[in-house]
Amino acid sequence: MIGSAAKTEALERAVKGRSLGMDAWVRLKRNRAAMAAITVLTLMTLMAIFAPFLSPFRYDAINYDLVTCAPSWWPGPSSCIAPGHIFGTDAVGRDLFVRVLYGARMSLAVGLVATLVSLVIGVIYGAVAGYVGGRTDALMMRAVDILYSLPFIFFVIILMVLFERNLILLFVAVGAVEWLTMARIVRGQTLSIKQKEFVEAARAAGVSGFGIVRRHIIPNAVGPVVVYVTLTVPAVILTESFLSFLGLGVQEPLTSWGTLISEGAAQMETATWTLVFPALFMAATLFCFNFIGDGLRDALDPRDR
Amino acid sequence: MLGYAFRRLLGAIPTLFIIVTLTFFMMRLAPGGPFDSERRLPPEVEANVMAAYNLDKPLVAQYGDYLVKLAQGDLGPSFKNKDFTVAQLIGAGLPVSLTLGLAAMTLALLVGSLLGTWAALRQNRWQDYSVMTVAMVGVTIPSFVTAPILTLIFGVYGIRLFGIEFTLPVSGWGGGALPNLVLPVITLSLLQIAVVARLTRGSMVEVLRSNYVRTARAKGVPEHRIVLRHALRAASLPLVSYAGPATAGILTGSLIVEQIFGLPGIGRYFVMAALDRDYTMVMGVIIVYATLVIVLNFVADMLYAILDPRVRLT
Amino acid sequence: MSKLLEITDLDIRFDTPDGEVYAVKNISLAIGAGECLGVVGESGSGKSQLFLGAFGLLAANGSATGSVRFRGEEILGASAKRLNAIRGGAVTMIFQDPLTALTPHMTVGRQITEALVTHRKVGRAEAIARATEMLDYVRIPEAARRMKQYPHELSGGMRQRVMIAIATITGPDLIIADEPTTALDVTVQAQILEILRTLKEEKQTALALVSHDMGVIAGMADQVQVMRRGEIVESGPVDEIFYTPQADYTRMLLAAVPRLDRAGDLPPTSSETLLQVNDLTVTFPIKGALFQKPRELRAVDGVSFDLKKGETLGIVGESGSGKSTLARAVLKLLPAGLAGEGGRIVWMGRDLGEAGKAELRQLRSDFQIVFQDPLASLDPRMPVGQSIAEPLQALEPHLSREKVRARVRAMMDRVDLDPAWINRYPHELSGGQNQRVGIARAMILSPRMVVCDEAVSALDVSIQAEIVALIGELQKETGLSLLFISHDLAVVRRLCHRVMVLYLGRVVELAGGESLYRKPRHPYTRALLSAVLTPDPKAERARTRTLLTGDTPSPLDPKAQLRFLKSKLADESYRPRLVEEAPGHFVAEHDAIS
Repeated sequence: MIGSAAKTEALERAVKGRSLGMDAWVRLKRNRAAMAAITVLTLMTLMAIFAPFLSPFRYDAINYDLVTCAPSWWPGPSSCIAPGHIFGTDAVGRDLFVRVLYGARMSLAVGLVATLVSLVIGVIYGAVAGYVGGRTDALMMRAVDILYSLPFIFFVIILMVLFERNLILLFVAVGAVEWLTMARIVRGQTLSIKQKEFVEAARAAGVSGFGIVRRHIIPNAVGPVVVYVTLTVPAVILTESFLSFLGLGVQEPLTSWGTLISEGAAQMETATWTLVFPALFMAATLFCFNFIGDGLRDALDPRDR
Repeated sequence: MLGYAFRRLLGAIPTLFIIVTLTFFMMRLAPGGPFDSERRLPPEVEANVMAAYNLDKPLVAQYGDYLVKLAQGDLGPSFKNKDFTVAQLIGAGLPVSLTLGLAAMTLALLVGSLLGTWAALRQNRWQDYSVMTVAMVGVTIPSFVTAPILTLIFGVYGIRLFGIEFTLPVSGWGGGALPNLVLPVITLSLLQIAVVARLTRGSMVEVLRSNYVRTARAKGVPEHRIVLRHALRAASLPLVSYAGPATAGILTGSLIVEQIFGLPGIGRYFVMAALDRDYTMVMGVIIVYATLVIVLNFVADMLYAILDPRVRLT
Repeated sequence: MSKLLEITDLDIRFDTPDGEVYAVKNISLAIGAGECLGVVGESGSGKSQLFLGAFGLLAANGSATGSVRFRGEEILGASAKRLNAIRGGAVTMIFQDPLTALTPHMTVGRQITEALVTHRKVGRAEAIARATEMLDYVRIPEAARRMKQYPHELSGGMRQRVMIAIATITGPDLIIADEPTTALDVTVQAQILEILRTLKEEKQTALALVSHDMGVIAGMADQVQVMRRGEIVESGPVDEIFYTPQADYTRMLLAAVPRLDRAGDLPPTSSETLLQVNDLTVTFPIKGALFQKPRELRAVDGVSFDLKKGETLGIVGESGSGKSTLARAVLKLLPAGLAGEGGRIVWMGRDLGEAGKAELRQLRSDFQIVFQDPLASLDPRMPVGQSIAEPLQALEPHLSREKVRARVRAMMDRVDLDPAWINRYPHELSGGQNQRVGIARAMILSPRMVVCDEAVSALDVSIQAEIVALIGELQKETGLSLLFISHDLAVVRRLCHRVMVLYLGRVVELAGGESLYRKPRHPYTRALLSAVLTPDPKAERARTRTLLTGDTPSPLDPKAQLRFLKSKLADESYRPRLVEEAPGHFVAEHDAIS
């Protein structure tokens, strides 16, 4: 029945199966909202990275001749016009466009780095608790429960207040808030996968404990974790903006969307553009992350929603 | 049930203890002190002040003193507002924050679950899509953006209702008068409405697809009674689980909202106290908030068990 | 004469992301008053969707066209109000899986009275009285107390009786029973069918019985429709369908049904003992309430047996009998620390209790397992070829990749899987094909013993027969020993030299196949055998059954073990002993059968 080796090899390639991951990718590609979100986000990231080359103005170049001036195309009321500044200028005459992009740098960086921190802590913690199980698990999850009832935002505030406004600390603090949920998700996944028959089958087949974690548990837990990650990034960006609003964010002349928005909100009546542009950028980004998260969830768990 | 409640109560004590300890040492190990910003005091005066507030003892002794007093229900004097104790300040601010938080949460649960259920019943039709799009927008706009916008519309330009034009107060507590509450509560609840609507829709869609709803349909039960009697209770379970994180969200939001609308709640005290190194005040606020979170989580768990007879609290 | 229900040219379609899918194609059928129509078909035949579609209960993406007339009135596309007036009143339904089909947060009583109050003008008090009466009618003990209980507090059999009560209380003309006994133990299935039969006879209710089980249909139906892939293959009076089937498919279905009266031809066994199990006990701790000591659940309670080379031992029991726990204990697969194990397991002279972790892993190449659910037992993110190769890679890591691939391909060929599918994923294969993958994985190390844990229970009968045949062939070729675990005595009959019957973790009977099936001695074995249905309408109608009364007691109840030895109830800790009543035929002590 089996022909030459070459022939079977060719046959195998011909009937190459479609993995669940590929299926999910195909479904995601059909989801137009998610694909648009990915495009917008990619664009936004590129703009943030290449910000210095996209504008003739420096982000910290103060110009007292053009204080809070609208862009030349601004339809609303304004006290003065700043030609060449496509988003207008802020209260000390800095170009708003380049500052929004620098804000994007900061907000996206905080979002990604803090999420990464929460991912690393959460995955390790959750996987260990779930896989070891028993008393270790009970103890570790009890600790998470206790931390859950901490008003964590206060701790972040205390940290930010007491240890000067330190960027790295900001990343770590926000990440430390978010890892709890991640740990719970990973642990739940690990527990449920551990009880699946295919893990038992692998044990019966003589696969070692490490092998089971590597070959079966991690690949199967990736889906929900990825979904949660895409939903954590916008949550972190929001948290950072709250801190900025309270005056605990990054320090001048550096900026973030939260800082820009809170500055803009203070003068929204007279200089609406200073609120509109950063708010639009941030809302669009959060929107995109949420769309991608929803799209990923639907693609990974394709039930009619 | 009673035994469970009792054990949960006992379990809260170590949790609070850990929280107190963490906060205490974090505050104290940080640079700066409560009297740094003031004009330089002569050394002997400063020593007197430090002694008066027990700040001259070793840290561990101070910690011990604090615990002993705390066990007696004494939160100590405020370092900054020297004429008041922490308990007095919190007693004044807590009703404001509680009213704000509870009103916002109630509003969010009511409106959010109604919108979510409606969307689920019209799944994949325009009603569904519009509710979900609005909810998505609600999730992405921070309250410090919605607050000034609402202020501008309702507080400055004013609104016309039944031919009467009026504006809503945009700042101050006004002794808890209803008009003063409207804008802060709406600001605070918008995000939660969006989250609750999304959650409700998801679980409602799931429940409406379940076998027991099919059984109810096969029994000839009319659709509205299926929703009310068979589906709503099960669909509300995820909402109850959400209560914990939601309180946290409301807390964060109330910090901002109290600041924007100039409300004398404890959230505002907290930020000021942290900036001023007002140790006892910060501790007090954290203890109050942690207790709140613990109590609300407990209530949520009890509620869950009441809603779902399969859950046994042991 | 006008029929009660007439379905003409019914089509049911579903809109899926992969395009439109027909579940039912151009089906016509009719049910007369007081008549029982059996609709039989394998999974994917559209038999369930047929009636859901006829009464407007399809999922949101489904649609039905054609004509459905109930008492002459067209109801397909009727208003929701009109449909609601018919559904639950004149036409009621019983669904499979009563745990998910009952609303979890409503008491049993409210769910029954709801049906009555919706359709008949009765007061609350009267509704409760009639619902209690109805529970009594479907033989639920302590009906008044059960009214206040929630579905999860009842056993599976009782829940299904509650479903029947809901479906009967309005005095319907037609009951549609969709796989009403599928998830239930055989002895419970017999009880439920008995109730349906009484209903039909006493109340003259017409019955549409949807089932995959030819035996269920044979005993109940007057008319039969055989369905396949959405179409009717054959229809006619029950005797014609079963005794003179015309369609090849019907014949194949009938031939595939495992039968109690047909033993397979079995390979000879050697006298060499492979496995010896002595007084094996497995306990699980059950958390008690506050201040209560945790209790122990004895899932397996003092089981001893041995297995010869080339022999197949059937292990039979209902849910809660501990058969799967036994299998895992023998293979040393129970999670350490979670279960307490006692007794000795000796594999070819080596006490497995003394073997270290590394040694045990090496020994695993000698004993393998095939699981019940073929899809769940394969990693969904791994191509099937990799799943089959996994034991090789784990236990013979020195093999080159090419060698592994060659062995996998040869093994796939042996279990009749196209070796070209080596890179396919489980979700792309059918249940039967996935089970072949599972068997290939178990066989690739050429083990001496394979445990089949309900390995064919989840499969359609036709596939079931193929897989059983495959296992038989593999055994003949390799001289393999099998522990064949099943709840189905008929399936076990074909493959097993000896059969062991478990009840609540203890052996009640252990004997050679012939001896056990010809002359069962324990009352539990007799009840089990009596509950097995055969695809023979005349025999089924004529047969009087030994019905067990009541539910299987909780394994935590110390008196449970003495259900068949009531004379010793005075001493709750007494355990029935095994007595050799005939050579090689062991029976647990029991009271004389009246």
